[in-house]
Amino acid sequence: MPQLLARKRLLLGNEALAWGALEAGLGFATTYPGTPASEIGDTLARLANEVGIYFEYSVNEKVALELAAAAAASGVRALVAMKHVGLNVAADAFISTLYTGTRAGLLVVTADDPSMHSSQNEQDNRYYAYLAGAPLLEPSDPKEAYAMAKAAFPLSEELDLPVLLRTTTRVAHTRAGVEVGELPKPRERKVQGHFAKDPFRFVIVPSVARRAHKLLLERQKRAEALSESSPFNSVLGEGEELGIVTSGVSYAYVCDAIDELGIWERVRVLKLGMSHPLPRGLISQFLREVPRVLVVEELEPLLEMALRAQAQELGLKVQIYGKGVGGLSRLYEYDPDRVRSALARVLSLEEKEAEQERDEPSPWERLPDRPPVLCPGCPHRASYYALKLALGKEAENTIFTTDIGCYTLGLLPPLSMADHLLCMGSSVGTAGGFAKATDQRVIAFIGDSTLFHAGLPAIVNAVHHGHKFLVVVLDNRTTAMTGHQPHPGLDFSALGPAEPVPIERLLSGCGVRKIHVIDPEDLHGALLAFQEALKESERELTVVISRHPCVLLGQEG
Amino acid sequence: MPERLRIYIIGVGGQGTLTAARLLGEVALRHGLEAVVSEVHGMAQRGGIVETGVKLGGYKGPIIGRGEADVVLAFEPLEALRGVLALGKASKKSWVLTNTHPIRPITVSLKLGEYPDLERAFAEVERRVARLIKLEATALAKEAGSPLSLNMVMLGALAATELLPFPPAELEEGIRAFAPRWAEVNLRAFRLGRAAVAQALAETRAPTE
Repeated sequence: MPQLLARKRLLLGNEALAWGALEAGLGFATTYPGTPASEIGDTLARLANEVGIYFEYSVNEKVALELAAAAAASGVRALVAMKHVGLNVAADAFISTLYTGTRAGLLVVTADDPSMHSSQNEQDNRYYAYLAGAPLLEPSDPKEAYAMAKAAFPLSEELDLPVLLRTTTRVAHTRAGVEVGELPKPRERKVQGHFAKDPFRFVIVPSVARRAHKLLLERQKRAEALSESSPFNSVLGEGEELGIVTSGVSYAYVCDAIDELGIWERVRVLKLGMSHPLPRGLISQFLREVPRVLVVEELEPLLEMALRAQAQELGLKVQIYGKGVGGLSRLYEYDPDRVRSALARVLSLEEKEAEQERDEPSPWERLPDRPPVLCPGCPHRASYYALKLALGKEAENTIFTTDIGCYTLGLLPPLSMADHLLCMGSSVGTAGGFAKATDQRVIAFIGDSTLFHAGLPAIVNAVHHGHKFLVVVLDNRTTAMTGHQPHPGLDFSALGPAEPVPIERLLSGCGVRKIHVIDPEDLHGALLAFQEALKESERELTVVISRHPCVLLGQEG
Repeated sequence: MPERLRIYIIGVGGQGTLTAARLLGEVALRHGLEAVVSEVHGMAQRGGIVETGVKLGGYKGPIIGRGEADVVLAFEPLEALRGVLALGKASKKSWVLTNTHPIRPITVSLKLGEYPDLERAFAEVERRVARLIKLEATALAKEAGSPLSLNMVMLGALAATELLPFPPAELEEGIRAFAPRWAEVNLRAFRLGRAAVAQALAETRAPTE
């Protein structure tokens, strides 16, 4: 556990970010765990009681963002953190917060996952800054994650707007030495605010929204002025041959590649840490100073398009290169090879041997893989096994919808019990669709935390519309995959004891009549329950809650 | 001692590669060096391949690219092959230190793949790198008192190469501070790994001296 002393520490990007926010006087924080964002919440959870902030693992990202927005509207500095796809869940609320604006600083953190190390897509959440009109900060390493989280609160307050801070896996999950400062004393930290009523600002009906949108555009103008003078936007080097424009972790690869190729005297780098709104003045000056520009940004060509547009407006002949040069594409995260090859290509340098070797086919590239598997002793294995026995041959014609959690690994042989997945909670919604649109048997698998997160509306929908299928709630009493965070079904929260919301009562309240609770370790009992539930589910929505704690619970530390 | 060093650590989820990487970073930082350590979280932990980069001495980017590893530290022999032969992390200048104890991947148990012939494969590794050192790290960890101390054996092996920009004593100090409860076993494992590699190096050096 980090001590509360100022010194240089080897911090994970996520830890550094949490620390920066705490130093800035954060009073209220929420999250829903998701890789690569989870350690932001986990760090705050660990420190919350000690430093005296409010922290919770909310039921989902939308609720988490709504809580944080309310705290900030009441004058308490607030943070909400989520993985990139979590912002899809929270998007409705998020976009409105740009219209209402904020009072105390509101920091919304999105952790993107280029290369999809543990996600269903690699959407580029910088688009959300454009979509919502939010100021955007993009740290390139843990040091900047710390500095930007700290700076985000005054920035948010100066603009009256929430600030979007976007990390990626290689920033969030990189450790580096970070010089941190002292935390404010608990009594200096504002954790309790007062909401001054202002309904014609905070009740976003059409007449209010029309004014709010105009105000948002004016605030964006101010944000652009701040972006011009932001310490996070800067030019490095004085070379005149090539300009490199970059943001996020790509900046780190650019610097290493320039070092390695020994070309600092030939290039200059425009590093954009506050990348929305863009500092148009800084950019136009940069575009006038170099004949050619290479844009190095992961995923979507947002900077590249903006630069092309600006060069056209200015009538400049500067050549702009980006996607398609060397290893630069819209696919997957960048790495030293991809960035170095692009730089070498643009400057017509000899590429390293390693680059040329890559095309050589080698028998050694087909080594046996190690796909992740369910842990030995995992209760999900027992649930899958019992259900497979109950289904027998029928398994082949059964549609298994699955969901986000460790149990998604039921996809792999020999279990092979996953046929469809879109996002958090989709197992239940899509099961309703399959049940209506086909004559096949449908079984939905959903975890306990995921059921609370996004499964419940689909349960209500299925009951109301009479969709007939079986839901198996794989209740391992925790949010296992992201590191064992608590959820509303448990009698504790991040801060201490809490009121549990029992899943069986919840489902019964939603109108589900056939509910079985089993322990999957009791194979005989589980088999009988599944056999009965399979019959019942032909007539009405039926749920089996397969309850057994995650085998890793209590083994950490 | 070199000022900059890129250590590519590869192993199987659960072998303690992340702890080893983090310890190297902590000790480097205490020594006054810049350190960047990349980690992999989430799905990859469940028995999957875990790759970690430790870059000491002022690198900015977290990833170790093709041919960029000064040292490949492999906790499992198939993963050594993956790092060197499939992913191409090593170059003619690299050192490769590998545990010889195999962990069969599930794809092999399911007959979806074949565990490679290690002798032939390591001959190929030897052809491609400056130095290949194999050690029975799993057995040494058990000898030290716990199979979980495998990562300490591997750190000891690394310390024996004298490639690290800080002395082994500082690494020992880091191990002691990191988990005081397990310090005894961990230090024993560290020293066993270090002695094994030191001996291997002495044997290969002897004829030329």
